[in-house]
Amino acid sequence: MSEFLAMGGYGAYVWSSYAIFAVVLAIDYIAPRLHRRRVLAELRGRIKRQQKRTETPT
Amino acid sequence: MNTLTLWFHKIGSPPTFYRLAGRFTPWLFALAALTGLVGLYGGLVLAPADYQQSDAYRIIFIHVPSAWMSLFIYFVMAVNAFIALVWRIKLSETLAMCCAPIGAAFTAITLATGSIWGKPMWGTWWTWDARLTSELVLLFLYVGVIGLYHAIEDRRQAARAASFLALVGIVNVPIVHFSVKWWNTLHQGSTVRLLGPSAIDASMLWPLLLMALATKLWFLGSLFARARASLLELEAGKDWAREEALRTGAAP
Amino acid sequence: MTTASASRACAALLRRDLLLTWRRRGDALSPVLFAIMIVMLFPLALGPEPNQLARIAAGIVFVAMLLAGLLALDTLFRADYDDGALEQLVLSPHPLAMLLGCKILVHWLTTALPLLVAAPLLAEMLHLPRQVLPVLLGALALATPLLSLLGAVCVALTVGMRRSGMLLALLVLPLYVPVLIFAAGACDAAQAGLPFTAPLLWLGAALAMALVLAPMACAAALRISIS
Repeated sequence: MSEFLAMGGYGAYVWSSYAIFAVVLAIDYIAPRLHRRRVLAELRGRIKRQQKRTETPT
Repeated sequence: MNTLTLWFHKIGSPPTFYRLAGRFTPWLFALAALTGLVGLYGGLVLAPADYQQSDAYRIIFIHVPSAWMSLFIYFVMAVNAFIALVWRIKLSETLAMCCAPIGAAFTAITLATGSIWGKPMWGTWWTWDARLTSELVLLFLYVGVIGLYHAIEDRRQAARAASFLALVGIVNVPIVHFSVKWWNTLHQGSTVRLLGPSAIDASMLWPLLLMALATKLWFLGSLFARARASLLELEAGKDWAREEALRTGAAP
Repeated sequence: MTTASASRACAALLRRDLLLTWRRRGDALSPVLFAIMIVMLFPLALGPEPNQLARIAAGIVFVAMLLAGLLALDTLFRADYDDGALEQLVLSPHPLAMLLGCKILVHWLTTALPLLVAAPLLAEMLHLPRQVLPVLLGALALATPLLSLLGAVCVALTVGMRRSGMLLALLVLPLYVPVLIFAAGACDAAQAGLPFTAPLLWLGAALAMALVLAPMACAAALRISIS
């Protein structure tokens, strides 16, 4: 196992590359989810405000 | 022809696409993860060490697929940008703009891993080789498209302006590659080769191809997820977006 | 629309733009001043060693030109956008590409031509070998219109924005890379005693293409950003 991690002495290079790959793709996975959730929350807030306005007409 | 255009319009309408993409996205990510894991197992464990580069060559399994993706995504973006500008299809505008961050991510991975690979192999983090320089310019083009898209208030106008820039950029990429190649040969012969003169062995090839497939699937999944969020934002006033908001608000 | 009226419109536009620049003629000198300041920084940063400066002189002059041109790009449509003249231009019945070509021509005449005149001075400040100077001027004469044309397309995309400086640089620089490479490459080759006509011919070919395509692209971009 430790031999596998050492990668013939190039472990630092190989694993840092794979770490960058994993981190960037993880961000790429999370970002649209957060975006969608934010948009939906905003939309719900807008609907709620509209309902309030129609319930208590000024 | 008629059924085809009808089908196209139906798929192209935001609510339909939103629903379809929502159904496909988890599967695409799952498939990408599966092929990716098999590919990585093949690349990191099964494939033998290279006789020239020892184990350092294993960076190839993420570097080369990412490099392919950086160009492939730009091409997809430009095709969508073209459709968006000529036929003014809202879905194409959204898809083109959602391609840009994913492409930028893969280009950044390509540059970072290439530089990390270059250090033990060439003894330097960076060299002004044609491929590296055009990849860097490609990153700037992606960032330019993203920056222009976010700098303009009106979403649809922003998408059209950035689409136009993407089309200008696709003319630019081969010119940059060619010019840097010419410039480099003027100064010095190209001394760096990514792979040794030997052709790649089958035991290294299949994980590489699997990884290329995995990144393509990942791109589709990510594109669909991003396009869903953007369409929702773009169509916030429409009924289907409200229904979606209320549906997801009731569920959690 | 007849060709005669279109050409009359172009002539009127040329006269107007030139007159406007003449009324504010002090501004035309600012790119030159900027280029001189950039060139001045290099000897201060790298040391005044003439041999070393001579080796990189052509490159420095091109980078200074490029940055000065970038700084001046913003003025291409700024005033016309602010007072609404640009919208009139877009709405006019004459081919927009042709009118924009005239605007770009005036912009090149008033910002790049002074730079071209100042180039021998800059080259002398950096000890550029005399025999390279004609090549430098030739490359500049081909490269600066190309830079103006390519820049105009990007300016057209950012025309409605308040603070577009950094974004404009980001959009423009990838397009400038090949121009810079060929222009500086010609001077490098001349300095090394190698044949230098090939890169100049490439620049000329690119300029011929851009002369036709860039005004059209600029018009398309302008229609997108003003709508």
